[in-house]
Amino acid sequence: MSNGAFEPRLIGFLCNWCSYTGADLAGTARMVYAPSMRIIRVMCSGRVDPQFVLKAFSEGADGVLISGCHPGDCHYQEGNYKALRRHRLLTKMLEQFGIEKERFRLEWVSAAEGVKFQHICNEFTEQIRKLGPLNWNGGKHEQSEA
Amino acid sequence: MSNGKKINLTINNKKIKVDEGTTILQAAEQLDIKIPTLCYHPLLEPYASCRICMVEVKGDTCDLFPACNTKVREGMVVETDSERALKARKLNIEMIMARAPAAEKVQEIAKELGVKKTRFEITDPEEKCILCGICVRTCEEIVGANAISFSERGKERKVYTPFGEPSEACIGCAACAFFCPTEAITCEDLHGRKVIHSELMLGPSTAIRVPIRQAVPMVPFIDEEACIHFKTGECKICERVCEKEAVNHEMEDQEVEIEVGSVILASGFKPFDPKRIPAYGYGRFDNVITALEFEKLVNASSPTDGKILLANGEEPKAVGIVHCVGSRDKKYNEYCSRVCCMYSLKFAHLLKEKTEADIYDFYIDMRCFGKGYEEFYHRLLEEGTRFIRGRVSEVTDMALTEKEEGKLIIRVEDTLIGAIRRIPVDMVILAVGLEPGLDQNEIAKIFNISCGQDTFFLERHPKLAPVSTFSDGIFLAGTCQSPKDIPDTVAQAGAAASEALALADKGTFELEPITAEIDEELCAGCQICVSLCPFTAITYNKEKGVSEINDALCKGCGTCVSACPCGASQQKHFRDAQIFAEIEGILVE
Repeated sequence: MSNGAFEPRLIGFLCNWCSYTGADLAGTARMVYAPSMRIIRVMCSGRVDPQFVLKAFSEGADGVLISGCHPGDCHYQEGNYKALRRHRLLTKMLEQFGIEKERFRLEWVSAAEGVKFQHICNEFTEQIRKLGPLNWNGGKHEQSEA
Repeated sequence: MSNGKKINLTINNKKIKVDEGTTILQAAEQLDIKIPTLCYHPLLEPYASCRICMVEVKGDTCDLFPACNTKVREGMVVETDSERALKARKLNIEMIMARAPAAEKVQEIAKELGVKKTRFEITDPEEKCILCGICVRTCEEIVGANAISFSERGKERKVYTPFGEPSEACIGCAACAFFCPTEAITCEDLHGRKVIHSELMLGPSTAIRVPIRQAVPMVPFIDEEACIHFKTGECKICERVCEKEAVNHEMEDQEVEIEVGSVILASGFKPFDPKRIPAYGYGRFDNVITALEFEKLVNASSPTDGKILLANGEEPKAVGIVHCVGSRDKKYNEYCSRVCCMYSLKFAHLLKEKTEADIYDFYIDMRCFGKGYEEFYHRLLEEGTRFIRGRVSEVTDMALTEKEEGKLIIRVEDTLIGAIRRIPVDMVILAVGLEPGLDQNEIAKIFNISCGQDTFFLERHPKLAPVSTFSDGIFLAGTCQSPKDIPDTVAQAGAAASEALALADKGTFELEPITAEIDEELCAGCQICVSLCPFTAITYNKEKGVSEINDALCKGCGTCVSACPCGASQQKHFRDAQIFAEIEGILVE
């Protein structure tokens, strides 16, 4: 950021059982991925309230990732299906707010997929870098960058 | 057959008392008097077509009877070897000899009776069938398939399938060939299957058998796929011959529900299938065998009595052991299977002990990690096993020199001398790796646990909770978690057992601290949460007009919390306010 290039700020809501463990695996395996991903642990991707996503965007996030267990693998049986339904609805709503749907992602990452998590982080970062800063809620992001 | 009534009779001047309905043949058997037979089989109804069992009954109107189908009568006096009986037998065997001169059994009986050759015309010197009908009766009475029968009459009579075409009714059980007294029908006609090295059993097996010779419990089972009874509803010979009446065909697999507090998963592994590496020739060359097949072969109770033999029955002069088959290979499995190096060394040692063969060990690295393992490796080096470092590229039978003729040639890059080598051997043992079981993913789903990248079950923590899983009360032991040898498996199983016992011993169960709770003041009673809960932990209290959470049922996923429109439902440690604060905090520059 010091050289002035746009460094996206991404928030990831990761479920405790699969994706968070997968991210942990990426860490313990010392895989390098984009530092733009900031992780918040939740017990289940079904815990992700649409408000969290809106809050994240309004606080200056340029992209939000929800990541849970693969379909059928949910530790709580069906929390990831609830997350899937909410993601669909929320994407529509965000578009009405003028937020591109590419900024809000849902991914399935299992506890063994450290490599997949690394790949998603890098790819998402690149995608958001192309889209540019979001500057929602009065350019909070810009202020801090100045 | 018997109604308890006894009959007295005399055979060859010996008195005997037998059940009513017994035949003369059976009565004679009880007295150890031998009467020759051809068309008789104890498991079939008597047919009396060969007439070799003729005996003389004194004082009867018609005094020659076939012993196999004549029932005993009170006061009967039988002579089995009287002049008249023998004369009749001789004449009959002569006729049968003319019909089937190639049948060994017929020649044997003729010799016993003192008949050297037949006076009748021989039609076909190659013929073996005596038209005794055992095959036809077997197919009808025992198998119940009715696939073969007699056709034509007199001289033209023969055993035939309908219209002489391969019969659809035939189930290929080979019982007719098995029962045929003269080997006129042979198994080769029906199967042509290979015997040695053809399967793990190292030979053909029967439909009722003990699974392996060291099986615990040592009890035979019926292989439904192969059993005639399960194809036609007939047979049940095993049931008939078992005096203890232990065979029961009606027994079925049962699903038994058992309530338990914890479960230890020890579902094991499956060996790598070397057919996936066609270059190693497994399945193409008889003498390329897997480690498990070698283990079976070298076992004292093997079909070869523990002798190490090639498919042709000879002792090998050179044996190659190929390490890392399906392991440490990006194309198959990246991981090391851990056990192969040591069992390969054991094989090399056994080969040295039991044969004179030159032994070649093709390895990438020797991984002798356990107690006493490295010492064992050194012992083998001193014993003269030839270790060649390099991955085998191919096993072939294409000989380039005379020395390689008739051998299997192992092509390998010897990385210690930096050259491609061709090593002719007689037997190749593939040290196959360990793979997760076939239904590994299904088991993981049933118990709600995860699999790692290699599909072995994932432990809760590699160092701090190596036998626990992400589901409480589910523990892991053995190769379902990762490839490991017997000492490691036993140690892990012990740990898993004590973890399970610790849970039972405590007598109390610790609930998940992270559960949801509903603030009665805020709850509007909309019941959205009730329909969302996958554990039916939420119920609606009509009196109070609010939803309530059962702490014992709530697993703490928080799905209800994120759906509550009034913020009445909150998850302990993951309250909305806490996560909002987290979001704010994490986004501060």
